[in-house]
Amino acid sequence: MSDSAKYDVACTSSGVDRGGKLGTIGSAAKAGICHSFSADGRCISLLKVLMTNVCIFDCKYCVNRVSNDPVRVAFTPTELAELTINFYRRNYIEGLFLSSGVIKSPNHTTEQMIKALDLLRNVYHFGGYIHVKAIPGADSELITRLGVLADRMSINIELPSQESLRLLAPDKTKESILRPMGLISTKIQENSTDLVKYRHASKFVPAGQSTQLIVGATPDTDHKILTLTEGLYRKYHLKRVFFSAYMPVAEHSLLPSVDIRPPLLREHRLYQADWLLRFYGFEAKELLDEQNPNFNLQVDPKCNWALNHLEKFPLEVNKTPYEMLLRVPGIGVTSALRILTARRNGLLDFSGLKKIGVVLKRAQYFITCQGKMMEGLRISSDGAIRALMADQYKLPAPYSEQLSLFTEPFLTREDVQQCLTGQV
Amino acid sequence: MSDRTGVVYAYDGSFEGLMCCVFESYEQKEIPNDIQPAGLHQSQQSLFVTEKWIETDKPKADRVFNSIPMKISTQAQELVQLGFLTCAPHKELLIYRFLRLGFRHGSKVMAMLTDDIVNSLQKAVRHLTSESHKFKGFVRFSVYGEVLVAVIEPKNFVLPLLSPHFCDRFHNEAFMIYDKTHSVALIYRSPKAELVFVDQLTLPEVEGTEVEYRRLWKQFYRTIAVAGRNNPRCRMTLMPKRYWGQMTEFDETEGQEISKDSTQWRVAETATEKLQNSIESSDSPFRYSKS
Ligand code: SF4
Repeated sequence: MSDSAKYDVACTSSGVDRGGKLGTIGSAAKAGICHSFSADGRCISLLKVLMTNVCIFDCKYCVNRVSNDPVRVAFTPTELAELTINFYRRNYIEGLFLSSGVIKSPNHTTEQMIKALDLLRNVYHFGGYIHVKAIPGADSELITRLGVLADRMSINIELPSQESLRLLAPDKTKESILRPMGLISTKIQENSTDLVKYRHASKFVPAGQSTQLIVGATPDTDHKILTLTEGLYRKYHLKRVFFSAYMPVAEHSLLPSVDIRPPLLREHRLYQADWLLRFYGFEAKELLDEQNPNFNLQVDPKCNWALNHLEKFPLEVNKTPYEMLLRVPGIGVTSALRILTARRNGLLDFSGLKKIGVVLKRAQYFITCQGKMMEGLRISSDGAIRALMADQYKLPAPYSEQLSLFTEPFLTREDVQQCLTGQV
Repeated sequence: MSDRTGVVYAYDGSFEGLMCCVFESYEQKEIPNDIQPAGLHQSQQSLFVTEKWIETDKPKADRVFNSIPMKISTQAQELVQLGFLTCAPHKELLIYRFLRLGFRHGSKVMAMLTDDIVNSLQKAVRHLTSESHKFKGFVRFSVYGEVLVAVIEPKNFVLPLLSPHFCDRFHNEAFMIYDKTHSVALIYRSPKAELVFVDQLTLPEVEGTEVEYRRLWKQFYRTIAVAGRNNPRCRMTLMPKRYWGQMTEFDETEGQEISKDSTQWRVAETATEKLQNSIESSDSPFRYSKS
């Protein structure tokens, strides 16, 4: 096998976590720098590779599972370090995202990863960003050592329920995933007090930890996924939860058929909702419940919420507090802040809002300026609003979601960028 | 206002020069219709309009510049400095008008977001900063001996903004970023960074290892995209084609040529051995030859 084939395998097999959004917080750049965008429109900022695609586990949804028969390869720690440094020097990448199949045992795998990162940090003096994926089942002591070398760590939950895990990832348990997650979370908190106490305490995963959930491989609902997400933010103080639309890789009676298309729009809705949890002051239970366990694919979650709470609208832009401005469709964090600034200077009208960057096409139904609705806008009933909104957000056909996604006007560039790059 | 209008200022194109235009306008109580850098736009228009040459005078420029934080705010001063780097049409006039507004209203000018002048200047600066942010990622260096060289073609003059980022990141390297649009190069060799006018840049042939890393990067770029999620329109929004020209991953000239002698990432044939055997039989399941 040629060298390039090895490289190919190493790259493509990172399809285990294909949805992993690479735009993250770099050690040197807070806003996250995208170095390129791949043909699927996702940000590339890290060299994302597997140490090896050898794996003794048998996760049904993964190409590298032991029961599959792909070409098996591995990087030596030196090869990996050299590749990373050389890409970094040329400014191809912001850093490394290292993950691995389980070779021999979780502990052995982790030791290999430590070797590679230690080489990078201490021999090649690499100061760039490192995101490393912890291996479920590895010892605490090893995970801690790995964490000192990395900027961010993640342990992928992948499947949102214990039952799904048991069926599809028999070698992983909820315990083997949540224990290290708890460990990392505790270490991060201890570390922040240590750093205050001793100036020279070494940093432990300064960019925090994240995880990933696969969407659409199991019957778990959006409600379940979002509630879990909220719990993870609260309990483990995760920096990010990533969602990954399931890409069929294997024929298995427990999995969706191989010719389904990945539920990209659903994934997108989850990202939008995640955004609402983190920056807009929403709670999961406001967005979904047992009666409505899945997102409306026609309308984004915030709009959906607004349509279900029409009694709270319209809001007077010149008086509404920040928290409520954020709940108006068409007003984002940036434009809400700008409204606050501009308000100090006098009353706002619709043309002013437009200049500030408010998406009036959406916001017009929900706001008044100095007591007046936008001129020319007449709404007779709630039904009319619904019609208007639905029309605006219309998708060509129920199942052509993949094709239409991201090309429809109903997504603002900001939305797309944020969701795709995971920029904070 | 009783100030005279109708005059067009011409200046040497420097930031100080522009500050002197502001000085002149207040001193002479006149409002220029336009402010133009030397050698530009001196077409038909100048036949009918009185063009007035404004000499650059450092003390005058300093007086105007230093008065900005005092009479308006430090944010306004920064906005003006950044505004000067933008590619906004008639940026000089925009900055001038912004300053007039600021000297009248004081610090609250920064909150006048719905004012057309304030809005346009802030928009232009946002365009500049977002372009410079993009280039932090999109700049591609090639290694020539010990030196890293990159070429960019930005719309705004982003080099002053890129400088701190790359000098910090590559502080042990020697590098050059050449801005083709503005014919200026940022040249860094620890500990000094400078901006130099460079008319033309001809680069030597690249070496074998450079070719190899470019190839590896292109390969990575191709394989990372998930076929089932192909979305060219989205990529285009996030990374418009005008950036592609200088980016390694879109460079097709070197094609698929694989340098035969490069053994950087060669894996021994044994790698395809059955997984199970290898795990049980040896400590390291695969052997690699690296020369
Ligand atoms: S642990 Fe599971 S998901 Fe990870 S590489 Fe092995 S089989 Fe794939």
